[in-house]
Amino acid sequence: MSITYLEAIRAAQAKALADDPRVFIYGQDVGAFGGAFKATKNLAREFPGRVLDAPISEDAIVGAAIGAAIEGMRPIIEMQYADFSTPGLNQIINQAATLFWRTQVPCPITIRLPSGGTSGAGPFHSQSLECLYAHYPGLIVMTPATVEDAYSMLLEAVALDDPVIFCEHKRLYSHLKAPALPTEAMPVGKARIARAGRDLTIVAYSAMVQDALAAAEELAAEGLEIEVVDLRSIKPLDTDTIMASVARTGRLLCVGESFPWGGVTAEVIARVAAEGFGLLDAPPQRLNAKDTPIPFHPNLWLVHRPTAESVCAAARNLLEM
Amino acid sequence: MLLSRVLDEKMAGLYRAGKIQGGVFLSRGQEALSASLGLALRKGDIFAPLIRDGAGRLAFGEPVLDAVRTYLGSVLGPMRGRDGNVHRGRPREGLLPMISHLGAMISVVNGALMARRFKKMEGCVGAASVGDGATSTGAFHEALNQAAVERLPLVLVVANNQYAYSTPNRRQFACEDLMDKAAGYGVPARHVDGTDLEDCLRVLAMTVAQTRAGGGPQMVVASLLRLCGHGEHDDASYIDEELKQSPLGRDCLKVAEERLLREGWADAEAIGALRRQVTQEVDEAVATVQREPGPDPYKENWCALSSRHLTEVFKDLEPAPQP
Repeated sequence: MSITYLEAIRAAQAKALADDPRVFIYGQDVGAFGGAFKATKNLAREFPGRVLDAPISEDAIVGAAIGAAIEGMRPIIEMQYADFSTPGLNQIINQAATLFWRTQVPCPITIRLPSGGTSGAGPFHSQSLECLYAHYPGLIVMTPATVEDAYSMLLEAVALDDPVIFCEHKRLYSHLKAPALPTEAMPVGKARIARAGRDLTIVAYSAMVQDALAAAEELAAEGLEIEVVDLRSIKPLDTDTIMASVARTGRLLCVGESFPWGGVTAEVIARVAAEGFGLLDAPPQRLNAKDTPIPFHPNLWLVHRPTAESVCAAARNLLEM
Repeated sequence: MLLSRVLDEKMAGLYRAGKIQGGVFLSRGQEALSASLGLALRKGDIFAPLIRDGAGRLAFGEPVLDAVRTYLGSVLGPMRGRDGNVHRGRPREGLLPMISHLGAMISVVNGALMARRFKKMEGCVGAASVGDGATSTGAFHEALNQAAVERLPLVLVVANNQYAYSTPNRRQFACEDLMDKAAGYGVPARHVDGTDLEDCLRVLAMTVAQTRAGGGPQMVVASLLRLCGHGEHDDASYIDEELKQSPLGRDCLKVAEERLLREGWADAEAIGALRRQVTQEVDEAVATVQREPGPDPYKENWCALSSRHLTEVFKDLEPAPQP
């Protein structure tokens, strides 16, 4: 008996619907069809009238979620792909993210973004937009890297009184399995040491944690001890855990799947450089996707984003500095 | 209507005297339409006013103090100095605070109405107010379609005041009539003369009642002319002189006043007394608010999240304290 990352997301939504009558799900094809990735499979049948198909109108979908939240509901929005959240960007950043600040009325909405690349998906079905949303005040951005976190963090996202951008990675949907759903969870805002080591810290989040762990395993065969920090949420960003890890290792490599300009990797390095410069034995390094749209062909796609191999290479370079 | 006009005049005066930070946006010319909408709604309904809905806000129950406090940035106002002028509201009381992006409030009203439906609260109406310019936004179309698909009790009021900022209707849309836009979504639409209070009262009351009775979303398009600039910073020199002289350019407040006198429903003395009464109300509100403090940046919590414990602390270098 095992459960996948995708099943965990479905199970968390089923639990949220069962536990709280204020929860409903709204998004494209989420109803009888069960969602493009089947993350809402059978939920429309199990919870009649509470899992609603939406027209292809991301702006209105998010706007409606905000209005419902003001009235005390706790909507879960499924964006069919993270890429399609941009037509709803205005409502997310200007309406949802500003509501509490402006009025003291909270905006408890959860927006699920099926994120990240899969081979052959091309420029418009592969994006990782967490950095875009993390830029705006008033949003929480979660990036679960494990089956357990996918489940417990989604439940926490629904329970929180603030708008949460929940970046779930499509490549983990069926590849990642756990023996069972978790019964306890770390609090949101705390990073996790996914693997302990003393030679170098790799800070990663979402699917890149899995690539970082694979790289650490490979480097372990060469006698190198790599510590992997799984950020879990990128906003808030757990600087303390990162800093403590860098204090142990003296070397920092930060890995993200999004585009290279700015973003999480730049933020992590900026904080470590500003607050922990003396902890560093070598210049902090970062690894991101390339600064082009995401290519369709596997030959190109495989080198566009960081992989276990490129993480390994970057770690080796950094260890030689 | 009169209270809204007098309040507007006071805010414009304070703006010219340099007492108001940011813009002042008057409702002049839209009072009849807006007041009629506010009066047709009732407590428990949802209302998303737009820029020129001063009269509708008051008719819906927004206190004069809310407007004055928001314009003057009083920390005691509903927005506490965090947002200003027409960006005010009380979401918990069904009065939604507009964001500046046009068309964006309509789907928020839809969502509030969906919530009411989930909660099995019947007999509610949600109203959103927009202008001719907002009908060009994607948000307007998405939301109108959404309301139709969900068959929500939405009343969408379009004040066609002939200009979106400085852009005239002919550069804004090419359809014969803005009502045509509703037809595309299966939403019935009505026209109303926005300069005629009686027509506005009749059409808005009828539309809201039909929607309340389960008639689904409806749109009302009002013809009127903006009798001021977009904001008080704008002299509105672009407004066509011919339009000003046309029936569209009539001042709805004057038209209503003339009617009252003609029908003998009120005399000049009664109208004068009413004006003195509302002027006093506005003056008292302003005098009160002028004694109230603005927000204190050192007491501000600078926290955009309701979940305080998840707020990030950015350790920027603070300037060294002065000796």
